[in-house]
Amino acid sequence: MSRRKTDRLLHLVVCLLATRRYLSAEQIRRAVPGYPDSPEAFKRMFERDKDELRELGIPLELGSDEDDEVGYRIPPHAYELPDVHLTPDEVAVLGLAARVWQQTSMAEAASGALFKLRAAGIDADPAGSPVLQSRVAADDPAFQALYEAVRDGRPVAFDYVKMGHPEAQRRLVEPWGLTSRRGRWYLVGFDRVREATRVFRLSRIAGAVAGVGPDGSVRVPEGVDIRAVAFDFAERPAERRTARVRLRRGGAQGVRRFASAVVPVDEEWEEADLSVWDAEWTASSLARFADDLVVLDPPDLRDAVIRHLKGVLS
Amino acid sequence: MTTTSSDRLSRLLALVPYVVARDTVSVAEAAEAFGVTERQLRDDLSLLWCLELRSPDPYCPIDISYEGGDITVAEAESISRPLRLGADEAAALLVALRMLAELPGAAERDALARLVAKLEAAAGEAAAAARQVSVEVDGRTGALGQVQEALRSGRRLHLRYYVAGRDEYTEREVDPMRVLVVDGRTYLEGWCRRAEAVRLFRMDQISAVSVLEVAARVPDGVRGRDLDAGLFQASAGDVRVTFELTAAGRWVSDHYPCESVEELGEGRSRVVLRASDPRWVRSLALRLGEQARVVAPPELVAAVRGDAERALALYA
Repeated sequence: MSRRKTDRLLHLVVCLLATRRYLSAEQIRRAVPGYPDSPEAFKRMFERDKDELRELGIPLELGSDEDDEVGYRIPPHAYELPDVHLTPDEVAVLGLAARVWQQTSMAEAASGALFKLRAAGIDADPAGSPVLQSRVAADDPAFQALYEAVRDGRPVAFDYVKMGHPEAQRRLVEPWGLTSRRGRWYLVGFDRVREATRVFRLSRIAGAVAGVGPDGSVRVPEGVDIRAVAFDFAERPAERRTARVRLRRGGAQGVRRFASAVVPVDEEWEEADLSVWDAEWTASSLARFADDLVVLDPPDLRDAVIRHLKGVLS
Repeated sequence: MTTTSSDRLSRLLALVPYVVARDTVSVAEAAEAFGVTERQLRDDLSLLWCLELRSPDPYCPIDISYEGGDITVAEAESISRPLRLGADEAAALLVALRMLAELPGAAERDALARLVAKLEAAAGEAAAAARQVSVEVDGRTGALGQVQEALRSGRRLHLRYYVAGRDEYTEREVDPMRVLVVDGRTYLEGWCRRAEAVRLFRMDQISAVSVLEVAARVPDGVRGRDLDAGLFQASAGDVRVTFELTAAGRWVSDHYPCESVEELGEGRSRVVLRASDPRWVRSLALRLGEQARVVAPPELVAAVRGDAERALALYA
């Protein structure tokens, strides 16, 4: 885009910031260089310029002084970044945060924030700390659209491939929030078709995310804990039980830090207690120790391991 | 930084307060701070220098000079302060900072919490979106305090480290290089004296750690990985494994980086992944049970069958 347009927008911002009174469109046209003389062309251009400023987060206020006609101004208190005073250790971690989104659509916003803070006199090193670095991936194609929907409170529709179901289904969701665990992003929201709170894994969303309602029409319930909705539900532990297992001496190292009451049996084996819950889940995590571990009790867990191992061979 | 006019406008609006906050700044320094060439920056300055409102009376609200390569601002009135943070900008910083502030035992935790509070206050309403987005970190970082202590004092570490793929505890001496927090997991990157190579250690798999009375010595020229290229990079010695996954086993392709994923219909898929250690593949196949089948290479197919058969024999 053109230098001329940048110049015009710059004048517009400065003009509206400098005024205490609301300036009518006509007063603006006279003060700001670069607007066309034709009223129609001016109106179109001015509308576009206002949108651009709003997109940049510049607070444009509409109003009127006494009996004057309606006009515009930018209230400095709404425009200006408040004073931020940071200690050196806070400045150091600020640089760290700026790098986290490096490979994602959030990267530009992070560097934009750093430019503004730098303009406020805060010199964060954008390289961050040499001994602590962090990255978060957000490469699911649906991420950006869902983030914007969450931010703007806009309902969305998308095709979703549910675990174990081959066909994608159309979902209508009021998005409440996004959360990530171990590199995977989840959307939490209210499913309008199922009329219930639902969690969606972003990697299972097929195709584009469509906005299906006006901004600001999603009401996030007061005090909702997005992460608790996403994960507590997925990991609700059943009742804990004690299982008795046999461990090969020197083997099954990975369970030993969770084992108790370890006693020797013979040259080859030891026995131990493990605290377990769901039999199927436990069976799959114990199966990886192959012939270094045998479940003795309870019978349902023993059967689950046998079934699981037979599954490997099927 | 890209050069759309809105980016440029943001830069122009930040440039004046940047100079105001510092009294005098050289053109070179400002160009570097904003990630543009000096030539671009001079063009920005010329736009600010020429700024003149025409009505009711012509007047120049900004008095800026950059003669001799030093920028000074004598008068800036309305744009002497930077624009507030936008919702995306606040979210980008706050989500990242809150994630890091959760790391148990991190030396920076206190500074992170204070910074979060200050930025939230400065962002005001724009901080709302940031509260709806979060990244969880695995809290099993008991070794972090000692690791950071070793990094601060430049000393060597002794680790007892569990290698899940081989189901074995190893003892090693490591010269620490960095702590990495990637996608919710925390790692120590360091020069492993046993492997004589840079190795990545998952913090939750370190079962014991101590800081030795020995100075760390990372060989000259050794560098950490390029994080922007991904944490795990394929190496020539890797085995390529083909799995056929049922619909229930699909999580494997979400969880591990796959070289290829081919749909087989009815939710089934065929994936190829790389592993540095065949024992890791065997343990994954045993964990998956009927959710997956190893189909290549043949020696791994045989090894997995052997593992399952020997295990089943113990239940006979």
